[in-house]
Amino acid sequence: MHIVVCIKQVPDAKNVRIDPDTHTLVRQGVESIVNPFDLFAVEAALKIKDASNARITVITMGPPQAEEALRDVLSRGVDDAVLLSDRAFAGSDTWATSTVLAAAIRKLGNVDLIFCGKQAIDGDTAQVGPETATMLDIPYATFVKKIESLDERHLKVTRQTDEGVEVWKVPMPALITVIKEMGEPRMPSLRHKMRAKKAEISVWGAADLGLDHEAVGLSGSYTQVVRVFSPSRRGNRVMIQGSVEEQVEELYKLLKEAKVPGL
Amino acid sequence: MDYFLTEEQKMIQELSAQIAKEKIRPVRAQLDENEEFPWEIMRILAQADLFGLYIPEEYGGMGGGILENCLAIEQVAQACIGIATSFAASGLGAYPILLYGSEELKHRYLPDIASGKRLSAFGLTESGAGSDVSSIQTTAVRDGDHYILNGTKQWITNGGEAEIYSVLAITDRSKGPRGASFFVVEKGDPGFSFGKKEKKLGIRASATRELIFRDCRVPADRLIGREGIGFIIAMKTFDKSRPGIGSLGVGLSQGALDIAVEYARKRVQFGKPIISFQAIQHKLADMAIKTEAARALIYCSARHMDTDPPDASKVAAMCKVFTGDTAMQVTTEAVQVLGGYGYMQDYPVEKMMRDAKILQIYEGTNEIQRNIIGQELNKEYGRIKESFF
Ligand SMILES: Cc1cc2nc3c(=O)[nH]c(=O)nc-3n(C[C@H](O)[C@H](O)[C@H](O)COP(=O)(O)OP(=O)(O)OC[C@H]3O[C@@H](n4cnc5c(N)ncnc54)[C@H](O)[C@@H]3O)c2cc1C
Repeated sequence: MHIVVCIKQVPDAKNVRIDPDTHTLVRQGVESIVNPFDLFAVEAALKIKDASNARITVITMGPPQAEEALRDVLSRGVDDAVLLSDRAFAGSDTWATSTVLAAAIRKLGNVDLIFCGKQAIDGDTAQVGPETATMLDIPYATFVKKIESLDERHLKVTRQTDEGVEVWKVPMPALITVIKEMGEPRMPSLRHKMRAKKAEISVWGAADLGLDHEAVGLSGSYTQVVRVFSPSRRGNRVMIQGSVEEQVEELYKLLKEAKVPGL
Repeated sequence: MDYFLTEEQKMIQELSAQIAKEKIRPVRAQLDENEEFPWEIMRILAQADLFGLYIPEEYGGMGGGILENCLAIEQVAQACIGIATSFAASGLGAYPILLYGSEELKHRYLPDIASGKRLSAFGLTESGAGSDVSSIQTTAVRDGDHYILNGTKQWITNGGEAEIYSVLAITDRSKGPRGASFFVVEKGDPGFSFGKKEKKLGIRASATRELIFRDCRVPADRLIGREGIGFIIAMKTFDKSRPGIGSLGVGLSQGALDIAVEYARKRVQFGKPIISFQAIQHKLADMAIKTEAARALIYCSARHMDTDPPDASKVAAMCKVFTGDTAMQVTTEAVQVLGGYGYMQDYPVEKMMRDAKILQIYEGTNEIQRNIIGQELNKEYGRIKESFF
């Protein structure tokens, strides 16, 4: 079985600041980490590998330094890593990113299972997993907390939704996005760390993936960030105090004064 | 400071530090409070390949030496020496097999110890035989192709938790110091049981129990080396393990120093951070000097020890004394820097100070270490013919 895990390198959220003028993330001096949800995806893949002879390939689209994230994951026991990096990929939105990931997965070939984190902590869209699956024309299950069982052709997963828990049987190949409940990501091991340090990491650009420059990066993106701003605080705030009866009375009076319809 | 560590040694440091920070720091207070054996952490250290750093590759280890082991112990100890003691004690139990065991014994036991699948322990001390190791009473009597062990070992780290025990017993009392031998005893061997878990001042996450042998039959091939070399094995084992105990002290001191400096920079009294008071600065300076000196001693000694030098016992004893005393002083001063807060269980230095005391006691008290150093000096200078006057 061949499993692919898609990961993203993100700034460590604990130390991120927003530039008050440009409203963008100040990345300078901030440590980069593997998106925490992606580590749960890696753990999901490793759990399968523990119980079978699966091979795991990790891929990421990012700048050259995203190689660090790949080595981190290699040091936890993943077999191979591919960096998807090209100037042409810069400015990709979730659509363009998924285009690149889907092309890479096609190029890898014979992939049975793909794991992604449920979302990245810097963008928080949760779109890349489902979009990639859609582009590959394979089924996907999101917010998965447990792999219940696995045979040659299907896997059974439990997904957590706002309404409750659902158990799905999914035909493979399939893409699964994973939540925290999948289990604590394991620590690196010394042997894997030593291997990760020396591992050759292939770098695939647009040409390697057979992708037009038009299809990726800014030009391949349907969304563009026009402006980033903090919403301004509107209106006055009033703090109502006193006993519950007094507060209700005061609130009613204020709502009436404000001419709230129906009062 | 740059200690010219290799790429691989730095990786060991980095990995152990990551485990200490992410996995040990969050649970250390609770394990201490509940006197709970850190099985989950042992599993993590095992999976990280850290149990077999000093064990040759042919027996499933990483093929490093004493320094590699010391680097891992130091980082774990920085977070908790209760946990680090449990980790290091497995090495103490393994050394007799590694140094003197037959190929067969090594292949049978070392791979599981190296992978952390089974913990090991070292059983020497008895109620009447602490510093005076020669007065042990436990006996092993040959009976056909078995030995029968009788006696009780006291205060054995990892007792009850470990599965592989290196145990010292008298095989021929008439031979005096040449009458003792080491055996491998496995948890589950008939006639082998454990006493209750001891309640302790510190290192409360570690387990300390009696090993009780009542007509305990072990196959004769569990004899380590040959009959009569038990005390030599014990001595050689300590030469290898004492730098590791030293690393417990270095790590603990560094852990206490880190907290003391961070606190002193934040705590404001008389309108200033207390680190601006010279009295506090000098304390912190002394703590830092001793900690770094202790580390330098351990790293140099560990490298030296891997060459099997003739002065191994002296150097090993120096490692143990200096780092144990340093840890006691540094943790006590750390509590002082934190004042009343340091005395409260809300801050980790209270535990660190309680934990430190053991480093001056186990693996030979610091008095005994000084005796060894003194005796070695006497021998060394006895061999030198020239006069220094
Ligand atoms: C938590 C813990 C874990 C332990 N783990 C292990 C283990 O895993 N395996 C094991 O075999 N043992 C273990 N021990 C035993 C430990 O090694 C002994 O406690 C230690 O060697 C001291 O022996 P004692 O306690 O009997 O003290 P004693 O020998 O009774 O000493 C009492 C005091 O007298 C001093 N003293 C004794 N003789 C001399 C002398 N000749 N010159 C100067 N001073 C002297 C000592 O330094 C000490 O201060 C452990 C002990 C503890 C507390």
